[in-house]
Amino acid sequence: MIEQRYRTDILVVGAGPAGVAAAFRAAESGARVLVVDDNPQCGGQIWRADSKKALDKDATKWLDRIRDSSVKFLGGLKVFDRPEPGVMRAEGFDQVVACRFEKLILATGARERFLPFPGWTLPNVTGSGGLQALVKAGLPIEGKRIVVAGSGPLLLAVAGYLKERGAKIQIIAEQTRRFDLVKLGLRLLKCPKKLQQAFDLKMKLQGIPYLTNCWPVSASGRNAVESVTLQQGPKEWAVSCDYLACGFHLLPNTELAELLGCRIEKGSVWVDEFQETSVQGLYCVGESCGVGGLELALVEGEVAGWAATNLKEKARERFSERRKWRGFAAGLNRAFELRRELKKLPTPETFICRCEDVPFSRLQSEHSWRSAKLQTRCGMGPCQGRVCGPATEFLFGWKTESVRPPVFPVRLGSFVPSSAGDAPAES
Amino acid sequence: MPEFVTIWINGSAVRVPAGTPVSIAVLMAGHSEFRRSVSGEPRGPLCGMGICMECRVQIDNQAHCRSCQILCQEGMTVRTHD
Amino acid sequence: MLGHSKMTTAGFDVAIVGAGVVGAACALECARAGLRVIVLDRDPIGGGTTGAGMGHLVVMDDSEAQFALTRFSCSLWNERGVELPPEVEYQKCGTIWVAADEVEMAEVHRKQDFYSSRGVAVEVLDYRQLAEAEPNLREGLVGGLLVRDDSVLYPPCATRFLIEKAQQQGAVLRLNSTVASLGSHGPVLSDGSVVSAGITVNAAGISSPQLVAGIEVQPRKGHLLITDRYPGFLNHQVVELGYLKRAHSVTSDSVAFNVQPRKNGQILIGSSRQYGNREKGIDALLLRQMIRQATEYMPELKNLSTIRAWTGFRPATRDNLPFIGPHPNNENICLATGHEGLGITTSLATAELLVDQLLKRPSKIPYEPYLPGRSGERRADA
Repeated sequence: MIEQRYRTDILVVGAGPAGVAAAFRAAESGARVLVVDDNPQCGGQIWRADSKKALDKDATKWLDRIRDSSVKFLGGLKVFDRPEPGVMRAEGFDQVVACRFEKLILATGARERFLPFPGWTLPNVTGSGGLQALVKAGLPIEGKRIVVAGSGPLLLAVAGYLKERGAKIQIIAEQTRRFDLVKLGLRLLKCPKKLQQAFDLKMKLQGIPYLTNCWPVSASGRNAVESVTLQQGPKEWAVSCDYLACGFHLLPNTELAELLGCRIEKGSVWVDEFQETSVQGLYCVGESCGVGGLELALVEGEVAGWAATNLKEKARERFSERRKWRGFAAGLNRAFELRRELKKLPTPETFICRCEDVPFSRLQSEHSWRSAKLQTRCGMGPCQGRVCGPATEFLFGWKTESVRPPVFPVRLGSFVPSSAGDAPAES
Repeated sequence: MPEFVTIWINGSAVRVPAGTPVSIAVLMAGHSEFRRSVSGEPRGPLCGMGICMECRVQIDNQAHCRSCQILCQEGMTVRTHD
Repeated sequence: MLGHSKMTTAGFDVAIVGAGVVGAACALECARAGLRVIVLDRDPIGGGTTGAGMGHLVVMDDSEAQFALTRFSCSLWNERGVELPPEVEYQKCGTIWVAADEVEMAEVHRKQDFYSSRGVAVEVLDYRQLAEAEPNLREGLVGGLLVRDDSVLYPPCATRFLIEKAQQQGAVLRLNSTVASLGSHGPVLSDGSVVSAGITVNAAGISSPQLVAGIEVQPRKGHLLITDRYPGFLNHQVVELGYLKRAHSVTSDSVAFNVQPRKNGQILIGSSRQYGNREKGIDALLLRQMIRQATEYMPELKNLSTIRAWTGFRPATRDNLPFIGPHPNNENICLATGHEGLGITTSLATAELLVDQLLKRPSKIPYEPYLPGRSGERRADA
């Protein structure tokens, strides 16, 4: 495979809101900016292109800005290695790309946390954001019965979206306590924009039961999920459904930052006031440096975009707004902390590692992530522990290990592409 | 760009709007089971965003491709149970 | 060595430092012989060189001593093969040594003479038979040598199996125990406590020289990659014959084509050797060289999805033979270390030879070539 080469002043990995804002602000000063993303299109998860519905005003504004700017976007590329300092290599379905950069901004976003329970591996048991992504991409959902479960504000957004697209939302099961949500609600009062969003959502979800202190204890079905059993306090009952959309809040994607040697603190990439990581010239913005939602991601992106192009005074102007959203994010993350009771969901037979089908019972005798990997293959499959790693951290308190290339599985040949010759195709 | 493309899933032609990910085409063709796990369980898409690897299929004779991150292209051949 | 006067009553007869495959095998052999034995490690079972290696059980012919040890040990593994549990993934897939040119084909014939005159079943393959045995090898190779009885296994589970068998026979396992030094009454832990034992076996691999003076074991870094599952892609452990020329060059880094089929269809891709590099990280340049070498021999590997790359350190000695037996200057300490890349293969034989010496039993093969104080091993200036 021939390697396509690019040279840029600033490379942004991730084209969600944070990456888009960073790229746009960095390009303002005339710097060459290149954005790469694993997804085919710009927008990340929250602004994922919708086959049926136009994006909202904010999304359209930013995506238009990027389209009309000098920023170059390359989609469908997973960044998997740093072959040498100042170069990142990425693989696409039918190409390999190397990007040489002066500064790097990581905006690798977050993923859903999945917790194992009996039946969670059945087809049509998806993440909550996972199902939304599938529907946005064109999966017909009209008339389908859906249970939305897990934790976090995403559940409400997903339920609202799916309902709008004609799905029949049976129930929304939120694991956290009502008390914690009320506390969060009080914070909303100080934040008119969020309050409006919450109110709109509430109207949209009218007639759908939203149960707190409630979670799925099992899912069943022959070839795909047909029914889910929910628990709320002492009560346990079955709900039939076509899909169970279940995710337990979000986790920062820190793998690429770890590969590059960035300091990680409490599961997020550590950054200074200018969003610079512990590695000089390497910035991190958005969910990967702490789950905080759209508004925070945008502000962080702008700060990094300006800081990376030496417009530190402009960056500074955004600090107070960032402080506000960070405070809000902290409250949000506290409200949706996982209940200890969820550790009891897996039975001995429940697979914890879906890639290698490692049951809970085989992990109980292990003492660390490393010994579990070595002895049971937990985390050794193609998801590289992205699903079972956080699950075992929650269930057993294990810490996962250092990240090595490839950051995603890639074809062996992508490590050794042939060069395009003496005059590399640069942009 | 054409409005629709035709791809082949397990030997059957499936017509989908251009820009549709392979995963959606497979689901629309009626397969909720994309693959069997190493112990033989049926599996389908979980995360929808290229992380979990549960939606792997064979595309144009290449095994273990993440169907949710790859867009359908005219004439593509897809096999489930990669 | 282990005269009855030395047997301690309060503690253990033998303390083994290191729960890698060598330590595990020694523990089982000691327990079988009725010795009270304890195994200590700061890390999980098989968490060092064992867990990083390929798990190729191979009869080697670098020297008579290496041949004797690897062959004896492979026969022990083959005997055990039947009782190994499925997670050990033991598979008698054989090794094919591949010749890329006529010079290497001459080496095939030399090897054939060497092995067959010593009773090892081998078969010379011409280019057609080679292509039939491994259809994914590139065209234009000259031939190869198939060693039928070589096999592969998954080292961490094999190691746990050995330890658990030892435990069933009374051995004690203590993990999360960092040994700081080897005292005359047994290993001294980092908290200052002493595990009382008559004999201490240093099976600490690359860490063994830190525990006792007077032995030279150098870490020799290696890289490996593993693919997703592709059942039927590869049938044998396949190794290029250029391997031997390069593998033992002490001065420079080297790579070689060396691939292994796992029972589950995954393919392990190696290999590299580096001296004097103690960095745990991936050496991007060397990794690429290794991949180029592998895809040169087996072009289709390029299209296989690669899940993971990692590094490990082999405990290498100057003459490529392990140390098995009493420390030259301290009769309370035995060594079972320095197995370089052959620790999995030779672990069982190492354990037998060690316990033979401890109990003054007759040994099935001579143990003298592996004694730590052997001539030619120690530096002239040491």
